[in-house]
Amino acid sequence: MTGGHARRRRVNALMFALTALCAAVSAGVLFAILGYIAWKGASSLSWAFLTRLPAPVGETGGGIANSIVGSAEVVGLAGLIGVPVGVLAGVYLSEFGGRGRLAFWVRYAADTLNGVPSIVVGLFAYALVVLPMRRFSALSGAVALAIIVVPIVLRNTEEFLRLVPGTIREAALALGVPRWKVTLRVVLPTARRGILTGALLALARAAGETAPLIFTAFGNSFWGRSLLQPVATLPLTLYNYAISPYDDWHRQAWAAALILMLFVLAVNAAARVWLKPVSGGAS
Amino acid sequence: MATAAAPDRIPSVARGAAAVPGPRERAGDRLFRLGVAAFALLILALTAALAVMLAVESRGTWRSFGFSFLWSTEWDPIGGKFGALPFLYGTLVSSALALLIAVPLGVGSAIFLAELAPRRVSDAVSFAIELLAAVPSVILGLMGIFLLVPWVRAAEPFLTRWLGWLPLFRGAPYGIGLLAAGLILSLMILPYIAAISREVLLTVPRPLKEGLYALGATRWEVVRGVSLPYARSGILGAIFLALGRALGETMAVTMVIGNTPQISASLFSPAYTMSAVIANELAEASSPDHLSALVAIGLTLFGLTVVVNGLARLLIRRLEARG
Amino acid sequence: MNPLMMNARQPEDPAVPRPTEPYGEGVPLAHAVGERPVVMTIRNLRAGYAGGASVLKGVALDVRERAVTAIIGPSGCGKSTLIRCLNRMHEAVPRAWCEGDIHLGGRNVLHLDPVVLRREVGMVFQRPNPFPTMSVFENVAAGLVLNGERDRAKIAETVESSLRRAALWDEVKDKLASPGVGLSGGQQQRLCIARALAVRPRVLLMDEPCSALDPLATARIEELLVQLKEELTVVIVTHNMQQAARVSEYTVFMLMGELVESGPTQRLFTQPKDKRTEDYITGRFG
Repeated sequence: MTGGHARRRRVNALMFALTALCAAVSAGVLFAILGYIAWKGASSLSWAFLTRLPAPVGETGGGIANSIVGSAEVVGLAGLIGVPVGVLAGVYLSEFGGRGRLAFWVRYAADTLNGVPSIVVGLFAYALVVLPMRRFSALSGAVALAIIVVPIVLRNTEEFLRLVPGTIREAALALGVPRWKVTLRVVLPTARRGILTGALLALARAAGETAPLIFTAFGNSFWGRSLLQPVATLPLTLYNYAISPYDDWHRQAWAAALILMLFVLAVNAAARVWLKPVSGGAS
Repeated sequence: MATAAAPDRIPSVARGAAAVPGPRERAGDRLFRLGVAAFALLILALTAALAVMLAVESRGTWRSFGFSFLWSTEWDPIGGKFGALPFLYGTLVSSALALLIAVPLGVGSAIFLAELAPRRVSDAVSFAIELLAAVPSVILGLMGIFLLVPWVRAAEPFLTRWLGWLPLFRGAPYGIGLLAAGLILSLMILPYIAAISREVLLTVPRPLKEGLYALGATRWEVVRGVSLPYARSGILGAIFLALGRALGETMAVTMVIGNTPQISASLFSPAYTMSAVIANELAEASSPDHLSALVAIGLTLFGLTVVVNGLARLLIRRLEARG
Repeated sequence: MNPLMMNARQPEDPAVPRPTEPYGEGVPLAHAVGERPVVMTIRNLRAGYAGGASVLKGVALDVRERAVTAIIGPSGCGKSTLIRCLNRMHEAVPRAWCEGDIHLGGRNVLHLDPVVLRREVGMVFQRPNPFPTMSVFENVAAGLVLNGERDRAKIAETVESSLRRAALWDEVKDKLASPGVGLSGGQQQRLCIARALAVRPRVLLMDEPCSALDPLATARIEELLVQLKEELTVVIVTHNMQQAARVSEYTVFMLMGELVESGPTQRLFTQPKDKRTEDYITGRFG
């Protein structure tokens, strides 16, 4: 039976190698992408690129300052709308909803919303904000991104609140503290790290979204003057430059991609480092 | 009897059904509970509103075309002819192609990471793969336009030479088209398949595996005999979740698929997807009919992803219930 | 084995044990106690969870002031549920219910606002549960601060006195700002006691406070109890009969949701009136 045994060992080794190759390819793609973007983007990166407005069509040079500010504006506003809604609804699910019927449907809705293609979310924001106001605007873009952020923040908040041991709630209740205060002042702070990290990751994802902004934030070659005006955002500008026929814009698209990528990577890496020591004492 | 009796078991406090409602609840607590419940309701309402909006805004299309909207192939906004089949076709074929590439690669990676690799290698590689999921799709699209499409264009004649007996691999080598779209989509969904499958595989109970090891099985035999069968529904769930992503993905696909509403047997030919046509035409849709048709496509896409994602969650939950 | 020396038996009293029974006359007591005033009267207390069997089936008990009352009984007998009814923590669990009479200084506890009640009836739990995001100081101050106290001097004063009363001050006075969860298990439990004391309760409920601690840490808590009963009333649930015998003036034996027997600790351990009590304390139970 040694022959059978040797064959089994060979199959084992072969499959080991094959799956290792899969993993290497999968992880390698990331490094290939990062490396290529860094290579193509770095040469075009300059102070002027970060601080100037786009040059008129046909002229070379110019920058993406308005897109960076616009992205911060839209994503920031989306966070202001989406994070509190997600966190508070998450508080409901974890602290009050339990296995009730409302909680079931809210979870179902959040999971459904989370799976809705971002372009469809954009369509919704278009119908909700753009059509009634009869104009593209930063606000409508923020609403679209907020709808993307909410379900992620919601489920993340619920998850981290559930990790807070029941004994912590008991301890606070037993001190004669009303329940709402226990939730706000003891339970939420205990889960704070996880909740904030989740919100940050959700916003990083929103910052990279393009599809829902095409017909909401719309884009702009100048500074957006108000939240009710169209506004340029980094991914949207990147997209417009990438599909344009101009070489100089292609060059700028790579540089914009590098900035966007660095931002997303930084947030992800920071989130991971920050989350590592899971909130002390919580067994 | 045992003198040191185990501590009395008390159910965990303060999380649960309606938590002591009625007159005993303090006003502040009641206000707070109703307040957060309102936010929970808001999410429910938002989701319902999304579905209702899609249905209402697209009713014109359903009224004039009925379900034949989904079967007809002509898309002529100026002539007022709207048929969604080319988009449905492009979405389904590019997603299927993406699954064809990403499933073996992703599940293979997951097996390696969960079962075979040393812990530190596994953690590092998993981190890299999860970061890949965080790359914005517009950046993948950019890579697609300037890197992938030229490669595909160069590779297509070779594919034709060897596989040209299949209609799939015939036609002019544009580079842009279904093949490029499928490839870029596979990159987008690979991390989901790999990461979730790995997690699922890590939940396989040790004693189950040790039983087979004790009989002298090799690691691969344990993977095939115990881990994969145990994790099957979870991995299937991961695949469906990835499919949901692929169906709805917009930017990367729009940038490489060629945006031509046609149905061709060849993977080389340009095509169009549902999400791409919404992205490209909505901002310029001037006639109500055109707008309504685009929303109808959105509704179709929404329905498709809700079903696929629902199935995915069901499959993953089934595994959890067993675990 | 009987944790106390067996003494000459008095003739058994066949009467059903009354909650307010006097401790057995003529028995030499290790903890000689005079009759103390009753601070809490419990009558016909029933409790349980909706959809399940009731956990307490009509309990009657008098809790006496400035003394330690120990509740013993096998696992699942309802002793934890009993003390959790006394500050209405029982109701914090979903679908829990509780009915009957619990009087504290003339007021029916079950009609009080639980939040107000819990400031008078504090609790210490099985496992030390300091708030993980708070420092030692903040943990002790939590009850005051969360209830709206702003006066910093008063807070600092209360924190110090509470830590002193919990016999922890000397060990933590130099690390008041470090996290409460960084202390040892025994210190954490005394921190939780200090946290409960800072609210100035009249009654302190302790739910197996030593079950997660090593013998040395347990001994410190037991010493502490001797001091604490000088100023407040303690009701302690314990699965450890020796502990009950060491620290308490009064002992309550519970079985399957019923209060079988209660009385002065010495009497209960040396001359149990109920066969079941005797079986339990001599280890012949079950």
